[in-house]
Amino acid sequence: MVKAFPGVFSRTRRQDINRRVRVLPWLWLLPALFFIILFLVYPTIETLRLSFMNQDSSAYIGAENYQYIFASSATRTALLNNALWLVLFTVLATGLGLIFAVLTGKVRYESLAKAAIFIPMAISFVAAAVIWRFMYAFRPEGFTQTGLVNAIGTGIGLEPVAWLVEHTLPYIDVLLSGPLHINNFAIVAVGVWMWTGFAMVVLSAGLKGISTEVLEAAHVDGANEWQIFWRIILPILSPTIAVVVTTLVIQALKNFDMVWVMTAGNYGTDVVATLMFKEMFNFRNFGWASALAVVLLVAILPVVLINIRRFRAQEETR
Amino acid sequence: MKQKKKTLLIIIAAMLTTVLTLAGCQAGTTGEKIGTVNVLGVWGGEELANFQAMVAPWEQQTGGAMGFSGTRDLIAILTTRIQAGNPPDVAILPNPGQMIELAGDKKLVALNTFLDMNKVKQEYAQGWIDLGTVDSKLYGIFMKADSKGTVWYNPKVFQENGWTVPATWDEMISLSDTIVSSGKMAPWSVAIESGEASGWPATDWIGEILLHEFGGKVYDDWVSHSIPWTDSRIKASWEKFGQIVLTQGYVPGGAIAALATNFVDGSYLPFEDPPKAAMYYLGAFTQGFIADQFPELKAGEDYSFFPFPAIDPAYAGGVTGGANVVVIFKDNVTTRSFVEYLASPAAQQIWVTRGGFTAVNKNVSLDAYPNPLARKAAEQLTSATIFRFDADDNMPSAVQKAFWEGALAYLQNPSQLDSILANIEATAKNAYK
Repeated sequence: MVKAFPGVFSRTRRQDINRRVRVLPWLWLLPALFFIILFLVYPTIETLRLSFMNQDSSAYIGAENYQYIFASSATRTALLNNALWLVLFTVLATGLGLIFAVLTGKVRYESLAKAAIFIPMAISFVAAAVIWRFMYAFRPEGFTQTGLVNAIGTGIGLEPVAWLVEHTLPYIDVLLSGPLHINNFAIVAVGVWMWTGFAMVVLSAGLKGISTEVLEAAHVDGANEWQIFWRIILPILSPTIAVVVTTLVIQALKNFDMVWVMTAGNYGTDVVATLMFKEMFNFRNFGWASALAVVLLVAILPVVLINIRRFRAQEETR
Repeated sequence: MKQKKKTLLIIIAAMLTTVLTLAGCQAGTTGEKIGTVNVLGVWGGEELANFQAMVAPWEQQTGGAMGFSGTRDLIAILTTRIQAGNPPDVAILPNPGQMIELAGDKKLVALNTFLDMNKVKQEYAQGWIDLGTVDSKLYGIFMKADSKGTVWYNPKVFQENGWTVPATWDEMISLSDTIVSSGKMAPWSVAIESGEASGWPATDWIGEILLHEFGGKVYDDWVSHSIPWTDSRIKASWEKFGQIVLTQGYVPGGAIAALATNFVDGSYLPFEDPPKAAMYYLGAFTQGFIADQFPELKAGEDYSFFPFPAIDPAYAGGVTGGANVVVIFKDNVTTRSFVEYLASPAAQQIWVTRGGFTAVNKNVSLDAYPNPLARKAAEQLTSATIFRFDADDNMPSAVQKAFWEGALAYLQNPSQLDSILANIEATAKNAYK
């Protein structure tokens, strides 16, 4: 650091230099710190504080808000739906992304195929949700179907399904011996449609980074494609997969836009973020909204911490 | 070098301060001269154009100007702006419940401090003044009212089939059965999808039924939560609504279609060729949807409405409705002059003439209405034996939302009605204080 500014420091005394070395980094950090404190640290602390206060934040009421939100059936639905997102969305988007990354790497029209899969990522969430609202549009049997999904379905002789409303599909219900919210799956599918491209691009870059010598060596040793994938590619790729998974997990937990635009959390599709928005802006209940925000933060925190730890470990090995 | 860096920091800090201060100051307009009034409302498109036409004479006469921010997410925007200490000058709320909450929070300016109250009492029915009053202070002026007691139908189709407009609930049910057995169409279109606000058309049904079956007193007790949601009369009203939606063959596609169909699209079914349903219950504003979708149809001939039929004869002629309410957040000459103007019959007549507006001000002439249907709706409102404000709009917003969601849940799971009502009751216990 000192060397970088010979002109500045050559004329000053040693103690002076020492002081500068201590102060200067902070000075450069100052703008970033200022914004982080203003827009991240302060709101987080404030939310934490509000979550222990009553509806209009005029008095402290202890953990009452938390008691309420964990007792309410709406929160339970939202947490279950978030869990569904967490598992289904993450697994499907990562899995499909990996499959596409491997397969597109093997064809001549690779960039075209990749672009087609990546395009949804370039659309805003709200726009994608609006598009899929049209795709899922439902009209009763005997009416002209205006939604593509139902138009195809009725075209091959199926009954039209109100994808965003329908709670249950009878035959699957029997299988799972419990109500299955088909509308949640319909929205998760849109999420997967959007994020598979992201997973594919990142994983594909990871794949390209695997040196051909390793793969050739495996070939020479007589390994087949299947073995190479499971025994060599996947282990080498695991840090990249971890990055994709953590990104998707955070996305699944924070998920708001798609649910909000497609169903506004109605028909049993609420997630924690939509519930929080409703408590905050529809009901002006700052206590419950903040408590929900804290729950969401606590749920995401471990993922972020794991991510940071992994990142550090990677830095050290370099 | 060090000096330079310091200067740069100071400049950045100074710039930030300036920006923040400016943002803070922008809101406050004081002084004697009439300036710009910032209005927050839900209107856009044609409604906004009509409102601007209504305001234009005020702008010309006073030299003032109106800046209108229209948003469908009014409550969210308003909450954020109030929290940030930057409320609009004036807001036009679609919801008197919100007005009562804001007045209770001391966020609103009382209008009786500057409006000529004698004139207000002359021009507005006491019922409307009462609706705008909180703690004996007038906080809101109502304008642009809507009857919600309207059942839309196609008079020509009714004539062709020899169906007559029902005057009572029982007649309406037997007509529905007749239509089902005719096999030509379903008797009802029901459509309650409305994005975030899905469910509200169903709650209109339930409110209308409750008013007609049990009268204004029970209705008021229900809205003010003096009787619990689990009350047998409230449950009976839900079940009467359920009778329409859940009876096999009454609604094409049944309850799922009612849940999945947007309330605007639902209004088209009776007027399609061939019609898919005979009747559609929704407020007077439905006329606009029909007129937009079928410009070749004639109001009053090809489409019309009949008043929601009587259930208990004692409460015949009752009607529920909605209206927008004008409230002020900042007290100054501009906002005073602006609201005084909006409350006047001259201002309201401008929009009445342009269509899609039923004035609350009594001094607006019935002749000003552009078509027979609009006049019919205005008459229904002014001659109503019992007028009650739309129930869910008058409830605390948490209860309103619980009511909407409860209506959705009821159509998804009719057998769960008791637990749905108990759920709303739990929300209500928390929200009414």
